[in-house]
Amino acid sequence: MSLLNRFGRWLSTDRRPGWVFILPSLVLLVLLGLPIFAVFWKSVNAYFFTYALAPTALSALRLSLLTSSLSTLLAVAAGMPLAYILARWKFHGKTVLELLVDLPVVLPPSVAGLALLIAFGRQGVFGRWLVPLGISLPFTTAAVIMAQTFVAAPLFVRSAKIGFVEIDPQLEEAAIVEGASELQLFRSIMLPLAWRSLLTGIVLTWTRALGEFGATILFAGNLEGRTQTMPLAIYLGLEHSLGVALALSVMLVMVSVVLLGVLRKLEKKKYD
Amino acid sequence: MKRVALAILMVAALLAACGPASPPVPAKSTPQIEPPVPPTATPQPLMITVFAAASLTEAFTEIGKDFEAVHPGVTVTFNFASSGSLRTQLEQGAVADVFASANQTEMDTLITDNLAEANSTQIFLNNSLLVILPASNPANIQTLQDLARPGIKLVLGDTTVPAGKYARQILANLDKDPAFTSDFSTQVLANVVSNETNVKQVVAKTQLGEADAGIVYVSDAVAAPELKAIEFPTIDNVIAKYPISVLKSAPQPDLAADFIAYVLSPDGQAILKKWGFIPVAP
Repeated sequence: MSLLNRFGRWLSTDRRPGWVFILPSLVLLVLLGLPIFAVFWKSVNAYFFTYALAPTALSALRLSLLTSSLSTLLAVAAGMPLAYILARWKFHGKTVLELLVDLPVVLPPSVAGLALLIAFGRQGVFGRWLVPLGISLPFTTAAVIMAQTFVAAPLFVRSAKIGFVEIDPQLEEAAIVEGASELQLFRSIMLPLAWRSLLTGIVLTWTRALGEFGATILFAGNLEGRTQTMPLAIYLGLEHSLGVALALSVMLVMVSVVLLGVLRKLEKKKYD
Repeated sequence: MKRVALAILMVAALLAACGPASPPVPAKSTPQIEPPVPPTATPQPLMITVFAAASLTEAFTEIGKDFEAVHPGVTVTFNFASSGSLRTQLEQGAVADVFASANQTEMDTLITDNLAEANSTQIFLNNSLLVILPASNPANIQTLQDLARPGIKLVLGDTTVPAGKYARQILANLDKDPAFTSDFSTQVLANVVSNETNVKQVVAKTQLGEADAGIVYVSDAVAAPELKAIEFPTIDNVIAKYPISVLKSAPQPDLAADFIAYVLSPDGQAILKKWGFIPVAP
C-alpha cells in the first residue's frame, strides 16, 4: 500500500530520481521471479499429480526427507557443542578452526564431492583404512548424508555460535558464581536463551541439505531409492521426463518457501 | 596408489575445466592454398558451436583443432554432455550449429521437433561397448561371468543415457547366450551401485577405483589406456550408430555442413578410428 502511495507520489510530483532505484531493481526482480513463475506455469497442469506421484518422484522425495533430516540431526548433535566451544572458549588455533567450519559455505559443492571421494572413497586417503572393516562409503545412503552434512552443517554452527555469543556474559558469570557446572550453564542458561538462533540454524541447514546436488552426485552416485535424492532426480528428469523434473522442482520451491516463512518469523521475533 | 588417484583427479579436473569450451586456437598464419570458407566478403572471426555426445570428447576435440587449422579464423566450440541432456538443451532454445548424438532416438526427437534437418542427418561412426576395470582390479574380475558375482560394484550409465541403454541391451543379449545363465542380466543389474549421468562419469568412477567395473564404449577405453578391459562376444555386442546433423537454428549453416563433411572425410574418420571408433567410410 505504502509502496503504491510512494509510486503515485513519484508520478504526480516531479521526483524522477526515484526511477534510478526502481529500474535496476526491476532487472534483478525479473531475473529472480520469472524462472520461478515459469516452473509453476509449466508444471501446474492436469498431469501434475501423475508426475508428482510417479515412483521415481516418490522414492526421491522419501530419500531426500530421510537424508536431510538425518544430516540435520548430525549437524545439531555435533555442531551445537562445537558452536559452544567457538563462542565461549579461548584457545590457540581457534581462527583456523573457524576458517575450517566456514569453508564449506563458500566452497563449490563439486569441490566438496571430489574432496569427500578422495578422502573417504574406497581408494581414498582415509577410506582405504575402512576397507578391512568391510566398510565402503561411496554409492551408499551414508555417503549422501555425509555430503549433505559437509555442505550444510557449517550453516548451523555459524547460526548457533551467534546465538551463544549474543548471551549477556553477566548471566554466565552469575551462574558460575552460584556454582553451576559448565554443563548446567549450557543446559539451563545458554540453550533456553539461544533457542531462536539454534532453530534458525536448523532451518537453514535442513534447506541446504535438501537442495544438495553437486557433492552428492560425485560422492554418492545416482541410484534410485539409495542415493537418488530430489535434486538428482530433477537433473536426470531433464533427460527423460521433464514432467517429473518440473513436479519435483515445484515441490522443492514450495518446501523452501514454507521454510523461509518460518525463518522470517524467527528473525522478526528476535529483533522486535 | 595415492599419487595415481591424485594424478587422475588432476587430469579429470583439467578436462572438466576445458571440456565444454575448448580453448580457442589462434589462427595459423601460414599461407593457405585453399580459399577461406566463410561466405562473407571480409574475413570475420567465425564461431561454430557443436553439441556432441560425451563419448566424443577426445576425438571431437582433436577434430575441432584440425578443422580450425584448415579454416583460419574459425573457432569451434564444443558442448559435451549425454545426448539426452543436449537434446533437452536444444529443445529449450540452446543455439548450436551441429548436433552429434550417440543414438538415433535423440536425433529423431529433434527432427520431430523440427529442430534438426532430416535430410542432412547421416551416420558418421559406429561404436561398440566393453567392460572396463580399474588397473588394480580390486574385485579380481577375470571373465564376463564374474560380473554376476554378488557384491561386485558395477557402475553403468543411467537408463536415460545412450551408453546405459546399450549396456542393458547387451546384458539382455547375454541372457540368450548359452555361455551365460538365463538370468545373467538380472544378477548383473542387481550389482549396479550407481547410474551415472554420462558415460565419462562411469570412466571416472572406475579410474578412481571406486567402482569394480563399468560398461562403456570401446572409444572410452582407448581414451583411458590404464584401465583393464574385457570384451563382449561380437554377436552379443551392440553397434551404436552415431548420427550427426546441421541444426535448423544454426547461425552458421554452411560452416556446420563443412564441419560435418570434415568429420566424414578420410582425415576426420582417421581421427575417430584412432580414438577407438569404427569408421563408416570404407
